[in-house]
Amino acid sequence: MGLKRNVGLIEGLRYQGKGPMLTYILHRIGGLAIVIFVAVHILSSYFGGQTGIFLNAVYEHWIFQIFIFFCALFHAINGLRIVILDLWPKLIEHQREAIWVEWAVFLPIYSIAVFVIVRTALGG
Amino acid sequence: MKPRTVSMYRRGFDFETTMWLFTRLSALIMYLLALIGIVGAFIMGARTQMNLADIIRWTFMPNPSHVLNTNVPDLAPWSTVFWKLMGSAFVFFAAAHGLHGLLSVIEDYLSHPGIRLALRILGVVILLLMSGIGIYMIWTS
Repeated sequence: MGLKRNVGLIEGLRYQGKGPMLTYILHRIGGLAIVIFVAVHILSSYFGGQTGIFLNAVYEHWIFQIFIFFCALFHAINGLRIVILDLWPKLIEHQREAIWVEWAVFLPIYSIAVFVIVRTALGG
Repeated sequence: MKPRTVSMYRRGFDFETTMWLFTRLSALIMYLLALIGIVGAFIMGARTQMNLADIIRWTFMPNPSHVLNTNVPDLAPWSTVFWKLMGSAFVFFAAAHGLHGLLSVIEDYLSHPGIRLALRILGVVILLLMSGIGIYMIWTS
């Protein structure tokens, strides 16, 4: 008894959820990435050794930092929006504006962080 | 127009609702912990020009091993019981929040009851193990 879906993959990807759907899917991907990252990080700090050194090198790589900081920051800011809209349900009618505010907060912080990460990676 | 909200008692407040609320509240608690962490990071490293990566590491996990490569003169004042309790609280709330997130993802994409139960148990075991190891590392390192 598996799950029966009545849409195919291509149709699913073309789903017109737009802004809210994008935040939903990024929140989910980011959350899973953080769970995996934290679990592996704890394990590598516990076992140490060659594997730990290798994993630390991966975590300190600038491409990985750009990726995981996107996940963490987006999950945090989008999560705050969800908390505010869920705990004060009357605000839900402003959800579209809330998502605009969310991107307006996210993009400057993330851009500065990426700028700093890349500048450090280039040896500045 | 009278609001049509049902009172909390008549709505029923079961385990899933409790966990739904817990996910939201633990997010707010983690915001508070990260705020305290970033204030600590600024006090620790502002005068010695600590870099962004170290500030972020201390914000999310106030563990002295995260700031070993900085030029903070003395790390002893930063490996106190207070910061260990902060780190443990962060691990606890993050693990519980992450576990509930993982379970909702599993239930969204997998409908077979046996697979669901197996993955649920696996998720609970792994996350209990991880938070145990994480808190152990905080208090022994």
